[in-house]
Amino acid sequence: MNFKIPKDIDMSKQASWCPGCGHGIVCHVITEAVEELGLSDKIITVDDVACGQFGQFAMKYNTVMGAHGRTIPTAAGIKNARPDALVIARPGDGSAYSIGIESTVYSAIRNDNILAIVINNSVFGMTGGQMSPTSLPGMKTATSPFGRDETKNGQMMDIAKILGQTNMAYLARCAVNSPANIEKAKKAIKKALTKNLNGEGFCLVEILSPCPTNWKMSEVDACQFIKDTQSKYLPLGEFVDKGGNE
Amino acid sequence: MAKKLMKGNEALAEACLRAGCRFFSGYPITPQTEILEYLCWRMDEVGGKCVQTESELAGVNMLFGAAAAGARALTTTSGPGFSLKQEGISYLCASDVPAVIVDVMRIGCGLGDIFMGQGDYWQLTRGGGHGDYRTIVLAPCSVQESVDIAYGAFDLAEKYRHPVIIATDATIGQMMEPVELPEMIEHDINKYDWAIKPRLEGEEQRAIWNRYWDWDWKDPSVGGHMYPEYVLKKYGEMEETEQRWESVQTEDAEIIIVAYGTSARVAKGAVARARAEGIKLGLIRPITLWPFPKKAFEELGDQVKAFLDVERNILGQMKDDVILADGNKHPVEFYGDYWDNSNEITIVEKVKEMLARY
Repeated sequence: MNFKIPKDIDMSKQASWCPGCGHGIVCHVITEAVEELGLSDKIITVDDVACGQFGQFAMKYNTVMGAHGRTIPTAAGIKNARPDALVIARPGDGSAYSIGIESTVYSAIRNDNILAIVINNSVFGMTGGQMSPTSLPGMKTATSPFGRDETKNGQMMDIAKILGQTNMAYLARCAVNSPANIEKAKKAIKKALTKNLNGEGFCLVEILSPCPTNWKMSEVDACQFIKDTQSKYLPLGEFVDKGGNE
Repeated sequence: MAKKLMKGNEALAEACLRAGCRFFSGYPITPQTEILEYLCWRMDEVGGKCVQTESELAGVNMLFGAAAAGARALTTTSGPGFSLKQEGISYLCASDVPAVIVDVMRIGCGLGDIFMGQGDYWQLTRGGGHGDYRTIVLAPCSVQESVDIAYGAFDLAEKYRHPVIIATDATIGQMMEPVELPEMIEHDINKYDWAIKPRLEGEEQRAIWNRYWDWDWKDPSVGGHMYPEYVLKKYGEMEETEQRWESVQTEDAEIIIVAYGTSARVAKGAVARARAEGIKLGLIRPITLWPFPKKAFEELGDQVKAFLDVERNILGQMKDDVILADGNKHPVEFYGDYWDNSNEITIVEKVKEMLARY
């Protein structure tokens, strides 16, 4: 297998992710997708406060760091000012689905022509593994030490169920736990970027991403956990796939 | 150019467009809403974008994106909404992103009420957001001055790469006055080398982020990290060069009113009324609430006996700044109205009472 560092990956700066973290893989996938589409000179990224923010050091794209939970509206603002750019927001699940859920829903409702890549590791990673909207039923986290109890802690959120009825252009869930899934994630990102290029509207690609540190597992077990458990509760696939205003 | 009769909020919105503002994002709130209503059709005519956002939070953060991309961007709000903008303002300051934010003030904390007030002085001048920051705050007292200040606010913001806040109030926003509008200009979004656009092969990466990362290196001549130096210099320069005020008959005044915005207009009436009775009353009208016009106080003579802070709120939010600007040399009293319109007759009565005491 040929391994090549994508041209938009910056190896000169330090991105301080933990061993086995999915964020670096996601950056790799994004840069590969962009390179294969020949769109490097159109990309602007908006990064969230927290683990995802290191992506600003890992990727060479010009970039804005938004406030926590506001990467998606910040990206929409950039798109309004520079309609020819392809704007990618990279929030985590805490940002996009908890503090920033209203903006995530409204970007879908307004059908803002941007791409949100939501890195979903089912916890608040940077702050030490607290329960997030996508923490699985029964999942032990720093703030659900006996496991997520849905009667006490509320239901696990599945974004496909929330945004599935909107007129957004594209909604998919992928994972980066295996080479085959990484290829599929790349395909989904390429599809979304192509839709943005065609002006079809809001695209959201959620990526299930391992967090061995906060899941308290080995790197290998974390990938297995995505396969056996996380993707059972949050199934992979394409949920919305249309021109935004159809 | 012929004068036009315009409502304060709409005139301010038009002035922003004429300054090259081509992006607005905001949320309805009284008494600011006419700005949003005006821009939702007028922005189309000038080829800009106006987004009615889902919240004030989205409004300020969408503005952050557009402004980071180099556009002249505006968001407007009032009291409760201004509270929600504070985190975004802190981010704008931390990231050195110029933008214009308008607070059409109303009265009270919590819901307060929608009528005329100057409820936000503390939040405007101290910053309701987190961390070390200041913003230039401009307070017009007429529709024409709203236009003039708004027209220049984007240049001022870009001069410092910093947000500028305009603080009007319900009266100035809602009343109609004849105004002369300035020329329409277009702003080039690629004018500045910090503006975010897609990176071309071979170019350095541009990033709008915590600016302290850009200054996170040590200069032996300074003996430490550069970011605190940079911040102190930036705000120091603003304080030195941006103080604006209007002095009215202060040369021989024994009592000096300090008032801004609508309160200053009433105070001007009080000065005229007092002078007609032979009372030596003067007025300092801060036009910049921050930096507070300390220089206006340095010009005053020895005849001054006391100051009277006149505001439309309960606690006299500006009083501390008057004490500081005066160097705590004279008594400073407060006259505030809440339910009723400020009244020049009762202000003069208050001044007479003070003269009897000092």
